[in-house]
Amino acid sequence: MWDYVKMIALGLITVLAAIAASYARDLAYQVHAVIIMLIAGGMFLWTVRNADEPRSMAVETGYMDGVIRAGVIATAFWGVVGFLAGTFIAFQLAYPVLNFEWAQGYANFGRLRPLHTSAVIFAFGGNALIMSSFYIVQRTSATRLWGGNLAWFVFWGYNLFIVLAATGYLLGGTQSKEYAEPEWYVDLWLTIVWVAFLAVFLGTIIKRREKHIYVANWFLLSFIVTVAMLHVVNNLAIPVSIFGSRSVGVFAGVQDAMVQWWYGHNAVGFFLTAGFLGMMYYFVPKQAERPVFSYKLSIIHFWALIFLYIWAGPHHLHYTALPDWASTLGMVFSIILWMPSWGGMINGLMTLSGAWDKLRTDPIIRMMVVSIGFYGMSTFEGPMMSIRAVNSLSHYTDWTIGHVHSGALGWNGMITFGALYFLVPRLWNRERLYSLAMVSWHFWLATIGIVLYASAMWVSGIMEGLMWREVDANGFLVNAFADTVAAKYPMYVVRGLGGVLYLAGSIIMCYNLWMTVRAAPAKATAPLAAPAE
Amino acid sequence: MSTAPNKQPGDPETTGHEWDGIEEFNNPLPRWWLWTFYLTIIWGIGYTIAYPAWPLIQEATPGLLGYSTRAEVAEEISRVEAANADIESRLASIELTEISADPELQQYAVNAGAAVFRSWCSQCHGSGAAGVQAAGYPNLLDDDWLWGGDIEAIHYTIAHGIRNTEDFDARFSEMPAFGDILSEEEIAQVVAYVQQISGQEADATLVSAGAEIYLDNCASCHGDNGEGIRDLGAPNLTDAIWLYGGDAEALTYQIVNARNGVMPPWTNRLSEAEIRAVATYVHGLGGGETLEE
Repeated sequence: MWDYVKMIALGLITVLAAIAASYARDLAYQVHAVIIMLIAGGMFLWTVRNADEPRSMAVETGYMDGVIRAGVIATAFWGVVGFLAGTFIAFQLAYPVLNFEWAQGYANFGRLRPLHTSAVIFAFGGNALIMSSFYIVQRTSATRLWGGNLAWFVFWGYNLFIVLAATGYLLGGTQSKEYAEPEWYVDLWLTIVWVAFLAVFLGTIIKRREKHIYVANWFLLSFIVTVAMLHVVNNLAIPVSIFGSRSVGVFAGVQDAMVQWWYGHNAVGFFLTAGFLGMMYYFVPKQAERPVFSYKLSIIHFWALIFLYIWAGPHHLHYTALPDWASTLGMVFSIILWMPSWGGMINGLMTLSGAWDKLRTDPIIRMMVVSIGFYGMSTFEGPMMSIRAVNSLSHYTDWTIGHVHSGALGWNGMITFGALYFLVPRLWNRERLYSLAMVSWHFWLATIGIVLYASAMWVSGIMEGLMWREVDANGFLVNAFADTVAAKYPMYVVRGLGGVLYLAGSIIMCYNLWMTVRAAPAKATAPLAAPAE
Repeated sequence: MSTAPNKQPGDPETTGHEWDGIEEFNNPLPRWWLWTFYLTIIWGIGYTIAYPAWPLIQEATPGLLGYSTRAEVAEEISRVEAANADIESRLASIELTEISADPELQQYAVNAGAAVFRSWCSQCHGSGAAGVQAAGYPNLLDDDWLWGGDIEAIHYTIAHGIRNTEDFDARFSEMPAFGDILSEEEIAQVVAYVQQISGQEADATLVSAGAEIYLDNCASCHGDNGEGIRDLGAPNLTDAIWLYGGDAEALTYQIVNARNGVMPPWTNRLSEAEIRAVATYVHGLGGGETLEE
């Protein structure tokens, strides 16, 4: 019976997608309709072939790790794609000739830049968050994921969202909102997937066999719930046509800008901070094999972080049409946010007290420590840059780009690498990683890469800011904009080299993980964790 | 799988919970952390009292300091404007040709004009004013002028622009696209002729026929000798300076398609003093001509 319902639904989707493809008003929409038609059509055929086949009725037990293994592969794959795109566009800025004439309209900087940001934040970071939240919630709830194959739907649905978003950017299907570029139908799809994600996560927490909910799960749940809210509100739009990718946002003018940066800042706050803190709260104590430093600190900094972050968005709009009062509040909340952010850093670093000697022997711990260090650095830098006077220098300059990357490469990247090194041997039942020396190489390449990147952008950004505002004795501007662009060239080259190092490290990681799965000896499977009494 | 995290002698108490081997110490909040947190909150309350912050029903609290970002910018601008007011009004009212006679005014105008140029003109003419070769953006550093290089001619060009639809007084002329008028052979001939008069190697078999075509079709604007006519903005074809390139391919393209460059008027964007300043600056770049009485 269920097979027939599925067949009808998939068949219907295939036909509707075919109709949409033929009536499509623009290329991005047409390509997307064809992609959906092929996927739904393929699944339809597969369902038909397998209909009424006898199925094994064995009840699945133990942790559901297949979807996490898929997530690990997707995370590593999208990571390399995102870093490669980033390195390429860094060189496009240094050498504009790389905006090839034959690829105009597809592979020029303007098209590739959102591809890079989305590939890193949503594809790499998003897959890392989904797979590690599935891993963490099962272990810390001592139960199998709720919802059966719904977790697989979340994985494939989310990655379909990424493919639709990425192809859309290249073909010009974008609503031009930073970090929220996908058009209306892609947004709707992500909403469905995200609700399924929430259901799986919440369902697992509800049926947990532990009395208390572990702190990592608070962070992960706050990330899932808040991102759902941010995504829905910022993407409220009315499509121009059901057969086209264009849409018109419901907000206009400064309200639109404010909603966008309320979303944008909290994408940083809840996606890249709260979600990754959830990862940190599991993987750091596991890898260090030490208890978390302070339960009290986790509870206070969790609630303070959650409450304060949501108000900090207006600091992206200092000295604009935004009223001064909103700008003041954004700045004040950002500065009060400093200590709640650092609570996570203290809890992470102090968890290592009594295990600091492991830094010498365990490159994975080293990675996690550097990650937490960059977290602390960029959560200090952020409040500082939100101060109006500092922002008047830093805004619109490369300093912002440097700030984002010390967070993304340093904090998000390094903690994810640490998690991948932690997970792969466990998920594939291997004794150990293929090579710790390669982890060390990855560690140093990535760290030096970030340092090159961040310092190049500090120099470039502050120089640029100072050049823009430089006036002579009569109050006239001293520099043309083009002069500032020319002056940044050496820093752009250094930034690109930093990207090359970081990318090289991630490729070494992929090789190491691949060899771990292929070569290292397998070991006996692990049992379900017993709930604490 | 790792077992419960190693606890060591002298460790503080844990909360007693355990998840997948993870425990939590019952450590208090670090004092310095807590006090810094309190301090930022107290500072935040103080700051929101001093500056515009809390939204009410009609408007937001204005803050005790009466601060506003717009007022801050306006104050800065008016301070500079007040300081420059005297010299600006002198610059706006004096005869253009007299500016150079007043060293103080000349220096101010060049300085101000350079700033105006960097903000408004460098996008096309380059921040060093060398234009973009072979792309139609003229070099302003040489002594080759399309519409005249004395201070008044430059001022007029900046004020009204070239071939734009916004200003009725814009300088205007239009080279026709000869692709519709001449045959391919004729165009090849006239290209050879233009190459010859500009001192380049040219196919001698085509030149003499080209000379005739030139006289019939081109001389009315570019002059019988090809030296151009400034009243029409028609470039001199006998020198080595080219707006869109001077090789056979570029010449053929220009004759067939006839690109005509556009410059916007600046009277609606810049003040008279600013236009005069930038005219003085451009005039002083190297190729400025003395006004013929």
